[in-house]
Amino acid sequence: MKIKQISVFLENKSGRLARVTRVLAENKINIRALSIADTTDFGILRLIVNDPDTAHGILKENGFSVNVTDVIAVEITDSPGGLADPLAYLKEASINIEYLYAFLTRASQAALVVFRVEQIDEAIRVLQEKGIKILGGKDVYEML
Amino acid sequence: MYWDREFETMPREKIGELQLERLKATLDRVYNNVPFYKKAMDERGIKPSDMKSLDDVRKLPFTVKQDLRDNYPFGLFAVPMDDVVRVHASSGTTGKPTVVGYTLNDINTWAGLMARALTMVGAGKSDVVQNGYGYGLFTGGMGVHYGAERIGATVVPISGGNTGRQLMLMQDFSSTVLTCTPSYALYLAEEGENAGLDFKKLPLKVGVFGAEPWSERMRHQLEEKLAIKAYDIYGLSEVLGPGVSMECPAQQGMHIFEDHFLAEIIDPESGEPLPFGQQGELVFTSLTKEAFPIIRYRTRDITVLNEEPCSCGRTHVRMRRVTGRTDDMLIIRGVNVFPSQVESILLEFGETEPHYLLVVDRKGNLDDLEIWVELSEKWFSDKVRQLEEVEGRLKGRIASVLGISARIKLVEPRTIPRSEGKAKRVVDKREL
Repeated sequence: MKIKQISVFLENKSGRLARVTRVLAENKINIRALSIADTTDFGILRLIVNDPDTAHGILKENGFSVNVTDVIAVEITDSPGGLADPLAYLKEASINIEYLYAFLTRASQAALVVFRVEQIDEAIRVLQEKGIKILGGKDVYEML
Repeated sequence: MYWDREFETMPREKIGELQLERLKATLDRVYNNVPFYKKAMDERGIKPSDMKSLDDVRKLPFTVKQDLRDNYPFGLFAVPMDDVVRVHASSGTTGKPTVVGYTLNDINTWAGLMARALTMVGAGKSDVVQNGYGYGLFTGGMGVHYGAERIGATVVPISGGNTGRQLMLMQDFSSTVLTCTPSYALYLAEEGENAGLDFKKLPLKVGVFGAEPWSERMRHQLEEKLAIKAYDIYGLSEVLGPGVSMECPAQQGMHIFEDHFLAEIIDPESGEPLPFGQQGELVFTSLTKEAFPIIRYRTRDITVLNEEPCSCGRTHVRMRRVTGRTDDMLIIRGVNVFPSQVESILLEFGETEPHYLLVVDRKGNLDDLEIWVELSEKWFSDKVRQLEEVEGRLKGRIASVLGISARIKLVEPRTIPRSEGKAKRVVDKREL
């Protein structure tokens, strides 16, 4: 139920993001989803890719500060309230969300939202009890 | 004007005799009271009585900053602590400061030398001395303060910073002498200008600037903007504090107070003495200090000594402006900073092989320090909050160890240039 997210430290200077994506491309890594958090000095690139372990190794070899964290990918119905409901369930269970970001897939009508939470097992249990669909690693890495 | 005409204008031959006599007395005291010096002299088979001429001082080993650290805090004091009335300290390279002490006589000597320095540039009892050097462990504030009181001037012990108040009191108290770091003086000048202050209409006439390197260019700026004469003063806590040497109205170098300090110039590589007139590292032996005598202390400051007679009538040798260092010490906002201090903090934070770079610049006449730190995997997190927390903790620790604030910039691994074997730790963009 957990999927692996790759995070990369980026300085705020030109060409850094281009370089990360070039390194991934050269190694046939496909990016499924991404988001960037930025401050005035630096950014953190967060990626969901088709092969997280390989991507992690390659980025490390290329000198980036990289880490791997577990996140959950939730399928959200493409209708009003689609995101509000799961957020309400997590709040009720007092689970804090560090950050989240959404992405779309060609294969599904639904939107997918990546959640980064501290109590990940608890979050999975709460959402599943409420009938929210959580995607497994294979679903996400191999989706088209 | 002289504070101490007899000593300030003493013929050089007589200065030499006085120095030799005082050197012997100093060596007697350290040999008998400071185990560090006794051991160093015994190892070389030298006795204080072996000093037949001033050149014999070359037989003695050098003292370096590391020796002060090794004997932290009071190991090099030559008197019982009961006789020590004050200590000062400057930043060391590993978090522990280097400590110096003073007896009541030392404080009096120091006040007398600072009085000499201030009198040299025309200050006297009718002056109002606005003392913008930092008070505290740093020797600048109290060193100047005691000298200014000694000449009977009115001292305004405002210490450093608080620019708005500096400018207000300068006008309201009719300050005539400003003492602070030259970069801060320039900053005051600009801030005053911005506030519409016309320095030409103020009674301010003299600036005594030191504790950091500066240039002729800055002197012209200061003299023009503040409508004063700007003079250079030199000192270091290991030797005394401010008042080791002072520029006279001829503005052709700083007179070293040779009745209290024996100066040598050495080749920093070989340690061999160089003749006057050649550029090298300045080495000092104190001749009158009681609590903290120091023998052949390597200042790491690079200068040239000039024995030619001076138009002011003083016979003491003059040292040129310090033009550089033989180590990697930086002076930022008047504070001594060693790159290795940053390294030790990063080690404290669990970095095993820290890579960092100190980027020093001068922005609006104030020194600015930015420290680049390569972000290792260990510190990296996917959460912004956590990275900002690392930055914040580093910033706090650096401010407390270095004594100055710095901006922290986290950079990607392997982006700080490594040169052959030794990493480049400092980029100094300041133009003095």
